[in-house]
Amino acid sequence: MRQPLRLATGGRLDRARPITFGFDGRRLDGFAGDTLASALLAHGIRLVGRSFKRHRPRGILSAGPEEPNALLRIERGPGRVEPNARATMVELVPGLSASTQNAWPSVRRDFGALADRLAAFLPAGFYYKTFFRPQGAWERLFEPAIRRMAGLGRAPDAPDPDRYLHRHAHCDLLVVGGGPVGLWAARLAARAGARVMLVDERAAPGGGLADAGTLAPRIAGGPAAVWLDRLLQALDAIDGLTRLARTTCLALHPSGHALLLERVADHRLEPDPRLPRERLWKIRPRAVLLATGRIERPLVFPDNDRPGILLAQAARAHLARQAVLPGRELVVAAHDDSAYAAALELAHAGARLLAIVDPRREPGPLAARAAEAGLPVLAGWAVIGSEGRPGLAAARLAPLDAAGRPRARAERTVACDGLLVAGGFTPSVQLWSQAGGALAWDEEAAAFLPTSGPSWLAIAGAAAGAATLAEGLGQADAAVRRLLGALGLPAPGEALPAVEEAAPAPASPPWALEAIWRADPKASFVDFQNDVTVADLELAVREGYAAIEHGKRWTTAGMATDQGKTSATTALALSAAFSGRPIAALAPTTMRPPWTPASFGAIAGVHRGDLFRPIRRTPLHAWAEARGARFEDVGSWKRPTAFPRRGESLEAAVERECRAVRTGVGLADASTLGAIDVQGKDAATFLERIWTIEVRGLPIGRCRYGLVLKDDGTVLDDGVVCRLGPNRFLLSTTTGGAARLHAWLERWAQTEWPELEVWITPVAEGRAVIAVQGPKSRLLLCRAASGVDLSPEAFPHMTWRAGRIGTVPVRILRVSFTGELGYELHVPASRALEVVETLERLGPDLEPTAYGLEAAHTLRLEKGYILVGHETDGTITPRDLGLERLLRAEGDFLGRRSLELPEHRRPDRPRLVGLVPVDPHALPAVGGQLVESEGPGTVPLGHVTSAARSPTLGRTIALGLLRGDLARPGRRLLVWAADRPSVEVAVGAPCFLDREGTRLRG
Amino acid sequence: MLLIPCPWCGPREEVEMACGGEAGPPRPADPRALDDAAWAARLWGRTNRKGPQIETWWHQAGCGRWFLLARDTRDDRVLASWPIGVAPPEGLDLGGSGR
Repeated sequence: MRQPLRLATGGRLDRARPITFGFDGRRLDGFAGDTLASALLAHGIRLVGRSFKRHRPRGILSAGPEEPNALLRIERGPGRVEPNARATMVELVPGLSASTQNAWPSVRRDFGALADRLAAFLPAGFYYKTFFRPQGAWERLFEPAIRRMAGLGRAPDAPDPDRYLHRHAHCDLLVVGGGPVGLWAARLAARAGARVMLVDERAAPGGGLADAGTLAPRIAGGPAAVWLDRLLQALDAIDGLTRLARTTCLALHPSGHALLLERVADHRLEPDPRLPRERLWKIRPRAVLLATGRIERPLVFPDNDRPGILLAQAARAHLARQAVLPGRELVVAAHDDSAYAAALELAHAGARLLAIVDPRREPGPLAARAAEAGLPVLAGWAVIGSEGRPGLAAARLAPLDAAGRPRARAERTVACDGLLVAGGFTPSVQLWSQAGGALAWDEEAAAFLPTSGPSWLAIAGAAAGAATLAEGLGQADAAVRRLLGALGLPAPGEALPAVEEAAPAPASPPWALEAIWRADPKASFVDFQNDVTVADLELAVREGYAAIEHGKRWTTAGMATDQGKTSATTALALSAAFSGRPIAALAPTTMRPPWTPASFGAIAGVHRGDLFRPIRRTPLHAWAEARGARFEDVGSWKRPTAFPRRGESLEAAVERECRAVRTGVGLADASTLGAIDVQGKDAATFLERIWTIEVRGLPIGRCRYGLVLKDDGTVLDDGVVCRLGPNRFLLSTTTGGAARLHAWLERWAQTEWPELEVWITPVAEGRAVIAVQGPKSRLLLCRAASGVDLSPEAFPHMTWRAGRIGTVPVRILRVSFTGELGYELHVPASRALEVVETLERLGPDLEPTAYGLEAAHTLRLEKGYILVGHETDGTITPRDLGLERLLRAEGDFLGRRSLELPEHRRPDRPRLVGLVPVDPHALPAVGGQLVESEGPGTVPLGHVTSAARSPTLGRTIALGLLRGDLARPGRRLLVWAADRPSVEVAVGAPCFLDREGTRLRG
Repeated sequence: MLLIPCPWCGPREEVEMACGGEAGPPRPADPRALDDAAWAARLWGRTNRKGPQIETWWHQAGCGRWFLLARDTRDDRVLASWPIGVAPPEGLDLGGSGR
């Protein structure tokens, strides 16, 4: 297939390796070394998408990561889909297929173009107006429509099959940017003995210098390319220097932590299955030098967004790298000297330069050189518009009067197929700013330049505002010496190379020629990706959003995936002008990582699927599995929900398990409960400061249920305290609270009372807990246990005894979460299976029944036992729960003082109540709101905290928190939850079974 | 990601740590001696200083010790760390702007 804009020779391509790729269903050819953008340009394809809001035809603007227009959907194989990929950064590989986005049915004939006709109704922030009137229209009409319009690409719908890895590294100096300044700095530092990492975003280093063709400055008396080559060879010969290509520095944090994204596989012509697709590097450098370069600014004039309008340096880059011309008949708008270099190189390569317009009265020396070479330079002229649909067909030029206004009568329309714009440069200071470096407006550079920053950070070259390469090299030299000096590494003496270049004249910034964009502010684009025009920025100021952070969000300027790389400074300068303030008085909006979009895969690394979260299994997991458990996740634990038998529904299983515990004996795995051993001569004192109950006088062998409060009086956790010895206690806590309670105890012991002699050790690991609950539990244990008197007189409720089951030592606690006679057996984890199987074996006539979480929760709910995290939510106090009996009479404990605050004595505080649905089969929703009646104006009086179907009672029951002053027993309320019918309930006591606790103490 | 210098283990990544917030005055031995306003101020009031601040940190995923750390809240610069119950390192400058 012909590539009309590809030159026969030149470029850094491998012409021996042609590549066929897909574009919107067509098959096109390119070469190894092409990007998708350069290959499309070579074919003369300029229309590559439709803009976000107004669906204007758009073409390739740049040659790098700043590309705002050419966002395409890339498919590399099944599951390997990347929407919104910048064509300028996609390297061509066999099998690649690209499609345009945001256009239907095709990019050429897009129905969405209607939006451009309606532009008057779609200014910035138009959707805010739809929130208000007419009422109801937002939900039914506007929101669905706006959601359909929003977005550019379509998300992939299959999992990403590629592998991504993370890597950590340390170095003395991280150099970000592999242009001449970065390369120089890296070699200097490496020769001083520093461990250096050098990263560059592109496939090959050399930065802007490598894109300079015939106009590249001579360095050290020879061609720039030779100097670069030698420098690279020297670098690659150094041990202790790591050079990463295709690696973007995503983030540089104020603490000095750097995040790099290395693209490892996508560019390979032959895939290597051993390689990850991308690597995320987490770097701790001792010092950082940023040599991140600069980005060219597009000009602002009516219809400045037509396909065929490119940045001048981008045209230069496509020519140098891929031997591609942006067009055959070119007009150049040179508001900056660098455009002349582009014009000269393109003319030399065979393009026809029809006009070079330059509004500046005093351009630099390159303008004279261009004129000498016979190029048509029009000094004092500017571009005032463009024509052509869908792509550029002509540029409108006009001379400017002394005030910078175009003289309409002298206007000229020049037919062309390429318009190169050069509005000066914005230094890439994002990483500098992320790390905490300061910026200040420099009027001559018309840019925000770095001023002072953290001592470990330096910036040099174009990114620091250097106007020439020599200046940049000087900055890098000084920076490296300073940074390494601070690390105790003296840099060797090294002379800077002589660079033959002339200092450029200042640029005319894109916003300067007001009369030009005033002609049609609605068609003069500032942020291409989000379709933000000059009119939008002016509207923002008029609407009161003069502050830069407000204006940015209201217009969405700088908020697209390009993060304003080609638009931020222009938008800020225009906002300043519209609000009558000098630019120097404003600061750029906060710059945040990532520098460019990063894949979720890279961020996740290996932490997906089974490795997303550690999975914890108890010592009894195999037993539960063998008994048919259905598991659920509780935190990182696998817990049995229930043990449904063959053909049994979950609900039926829960019913059967509950009945077994209430009438026979049930076995459950309670190993996830926290257990903390607290020892020391001050153990009792310490515990009494934390727990609400009496601990000092607790006899050895006894257990007591109590609460732990935060110092504001709210319940943190509940659990049982057992006295194991004179100075030794065992605490048990909820599963969810185990780590939290341990952290709580450590914090108070270490930070507040370090004078107390107490040791705190979590002992849940290495131990299993088997709950044996039900009226027949004692019977079962009598058959299995030895060395312990299990009679009710010798072993009352809330005590513990030591014994054996077979040869296994066991600590037996007589505690119950179910309200039945019951025990907890604490055994070594390695013997757990043995113990539970012994129990099952010795009591087949008793039918010991495995029961899971659902049954356990239902059983405790019947008794009204609270579950921390359900009946409590961080705002609930013991009095709210009706548990004042757990607050001992004497002595201070955490939270005691707060309980006396007026807030905790208010009559309308929540109170724990029982809720009995009028319909015995209706199950209220947990979290459902308690209300008097439905309808507008209803005030919630409380909410449901737990609910279940009770097999014991043959009906549904619930617990809730209800305003204490309204909690009259018998009162009827409704439980309201969205999208389901309300359930009528009667308020009652929060205990539905055996209020006296006779079954417990049996 | 801050680099936190544990007094026992040396500089470690922030993910190994948990922050306990501003280091306040010791908990009064007799909270009942404070009136409601004073107790509430003690419970919830924080200086929230713009400048160097002393905080408690816990080396949760390491040695398990709590310690004190001085950090400048303006730029997240870590100034020093030292064990609880020990005087701050000599020469530690906690000057800088107040509230």
